Amino acid sequence: MIELRRPLVLVVEDYQDAREMYAAYLQFSGYGVAEAANGLEALEKTRELMPDIILMDLALPKMDGWEATRRLKADEQTRNIPIVALTGHALAGHAEGARQAGCDAFVTKPCLPDALVAEIERMLAVRRGDGASRRSTRSSSKSKTS
Amino acid sequence: MYRSAAPVDSLTEADPSQIEARLALTELLLASGDLQASARQSIDWLALHAGVQQAVVAVSDPVGSNLLLIAEHGISSTAIADFVIDRGDVNHPLVVALSRLESTYFSPSASTRTPLDGIGFHAVPLRVDEDPPAGLMLVSGTSPEIHPDVLWLARQLARQLARLQSAPGTMDKRLGQERMLLYSIINAVTDPILLTDTEGKLRIANSHAEKLFAAPEDASEGWRRAVALNNMLFSAALSTSAVGQTDLSRRELLLVDPLEGSDLLFELLSSRAKDERQGTYVVSILRNITDLARAREEIEESYRTLRVSQAEVRDERHRLDLIIDSVADPILVTDPEGDIVLLNEPAERLFTVPTTAGESPQRHVRGNGANLTSFVSNVLTRTGEQRYSGEIQLVEPVTGRNLPVEAVAGTILNDQGELVWVVTILHDLTQTLEKEALYEQLKQASAELERKVHEATAELAQQNELLRRQHIELEQASALKSQFLANISHEFRTPLNAILGYTHMLLHGVTGPVTDPQQKSLTRIDSNSRHLLALINDILDITRIEAGRMPLNLTQFKVSDLVVEVMSELEPIIRRSNLTVTAKVKRGVPTVKSDRQKVKQIMLNLLSNALKFTPTGSVTIAAAFDRRHQMISVAFVDSGVGIPQESHSKIFEDFRQLDNSPTRSYGGTGLGLSICRRLAQMLGGAIDLVSQVGEGSTFTLKLPARARRR
Repeated sequence: MIELRRPLVLVVEDYQDAREMYAAYLQFSGYGVAEAANGLEALEKTRELMPDIILMDLALPKMDGWEATRRLKADEQTRNIPIVALTGHALAGHAEGARQAGCDAFVTKPCLPDALVAEIERMLAVRRGDGASRRSTRSSSKSKTS
Repeated sequence: MYRSAAPVDSLTEADPSQIEARLALTELLLASGDLQASARQSIDWLALHAGVQQAVVAVSDPVGSNLLLIAEHGISSTAIADFVIDRGDVNHPLVVALSRLESTYFSPSASTRTPLDGIGFHAVPLRVDEDPPAGLMLVSGTSPEIHPDVLWLARQLARQLARLQSAPGTMDKRLGQERMLLYSIINAVTDPILLTDTEGKLRIANSHAEKLFAAPEDASEGWRRAVALNNMLFSAALSTSAVGQTDLSRRELLLVDPLEGSDLLFELLSSRAKDERQGTYVVSILRNITDLARAREEIEESYRTLRVSQAEVRDERHRLDLIIDSVADPILVTDPEGDIVLLNEPAERLFTVPTTAGESPQRHVRGNGANLTSFVSNVLTRTGEQRYSGEIQLVEPVTGRNLPVEAVAGTILNDQGELVWVVTILHDLTQTLEKEALYEQLKQASAELERKVHEATAELAQQNELLRRQHIELEQASALKSQFLANISHEFRTPLNAILGYTHMLLHGVTGPVTDPQQKSLTRIDSNSRHLLALINDILDITRIEAGRMPLNLTQFKVSDLVVEVMSELEPIIRRSNLTVTAKVKRGVPTVKSDRQKVKQIMLNLLSNALKFTPTGSVTIAAAFDRRHQMISVAFVDSGVGIPQESHSKIFEDFRQLDNSPTRSYGGTGLGLSICRRLAQMLGGAIDLVSQVGEGSTFTLKLPARARRR
């Protein structure tokens, strides 16, 4: 890790247990973490904190993840922040809908914390353009933490 | 005009020869019993002895009302043919003369309507003294002086008449009168009648015969010759005819009409007659058959023509009979009164019946006749119509069966336009009516059938609608179920996500170090949670397949790539298993077009099963291509426990493992093979199984090289 500050991850998840679990594991894995419980809060936190990456649950109260993603991608300031969609619905159309809304990656729940961290790591590597190894979202390989 | 002559009666003054002559006559008269003969002898005597040229004797008829001529001399028979004087005509000069005692002289200029008119004559009443006159004698004379012999003879003849007409001579007198009558009758007959003696000498001829056989004094030469020829022909006919003693002889005789010269054909009837006093003579009657012969010829011709016509008519009639008898329909011809004049054989069966038939056939025939008459009378009232038709209800006389018929009548008119016959043809309507009835039944049945079909169709449509609604409801229910299951699995996964995550973090010491017993417990929680997650994922897959919401994503890929990928994903398990796992992809296996994700899911499942149920030995993956059927096959061959034959189909059912106990020795949800088979079918393929207990198993995935989108 060349960067001085730890990458900031915004975890948007309405289910508190899951949100705190991901947050704890991300902090354990060496990331800075911010949390949002709905779409509106996600928009506020993003503009306030300008995270390096956003983990976005799609089924959210007040404003759902698709709408929030569209707004973020429509905003000049925030459109370059990668968004990894997170959904419990494996039914057809969800992944496609998420991509159309502007999501950069897609992870299906249940997703073990290490798998999630591995995906975030991969996305950030793509962003840096350092040619980090590509892994499928379903890859079960273990995350490498510092 | 007339003067009485003085009676002269003096024998003494006569010379001896005259006395002798008077005596001879007196003798003759005394011997004679015949009135006519006496008269004739008397006037013949006068002609001889007194030089009288013409004389006539007429006597009263038996009744006394007429004077009839019984003898004449010097007068043609034609002139005296119808000489009759009615005594009631009291102004007649002769009747006046008759009533006088002496004779009356009529000069030639006197008109007496007698044959002696114009020659002068004496009318001498024949009476004895003062007795009523018995007759009248007319004697020609040029002067009123009357010859004494005439007066003498008149007295003699009067006595003779009185004698013959008195008692002893009544018969002769009556005969004489009848003879006169006969004479008149013969003259009245229009056919010529002749009486000849056996020598052929003419004795009596009536006036018509005289026209043929006598010529007057002043007749022309042609007339005379014609008469001469006729006499010759007649004599010849009589002499050549074999006239028998009594038989009637009949032959034809051709004579000449003396006046016109034309031929006349007669039938000559001649017969012999015998008279005691006059001897045998021949009576001939000539009947003019000139016209008759012509007529007979014409009649014969007509008759012959008639016979021919009759034969033709008979033939025609026979043919007509054959024709109308051959017609199966009854035909009748009736006159305007309704009486049947002609009928054919079928009609006879309906309108006639033998008298020996029973009561009911006779009644039926009468009924039929009445119906026909009624129909014909209808026809007659319809003047101007040539044809008329109607229905009549008849009855078959013998069987009594009802016989509805259609009657068609035509009228036949004569040249004057009067109706002479009505021809009626009857046509049996039974079959027509039966057909109509059948047709009606058929129509009803058809309508009934149609109605039932309509009902059935309506019911079917209703059922269809019901089914359609039920189908929609089921689809909705199915969709609801799928949605429900999708929601449930989502809801399951949210807490499961947390369980797995926290367990993971504990195991990885995120929250600090854990003891070995804790590590062991956490590992159990982790494995059970994973099993639960696998179950939920499988249930979700089945739900999606059954709901038809598992989309196909067809792409091109190589089977060999997929085999490597699957082996690498299961590499940790392979490494743990101590099995020899090899892959063989034959040459010629082409690039496949199918859903890569689903083929991979099937292959992962089949390989993990093989690894799971094979304790020792080997697992081989063999890919091949059946060019003929364009099918890819991937076989997973293991040397494991094997599957008994009877369980081969069961293992593809939902939630099936051979060991169904809760504490079964092999993991897995029991939904894997069921999902694999469904996915293979979605892709147009199948999964085959060859296995025996203890001999290992071979699961073969077969897929078309190019899957089709359903």
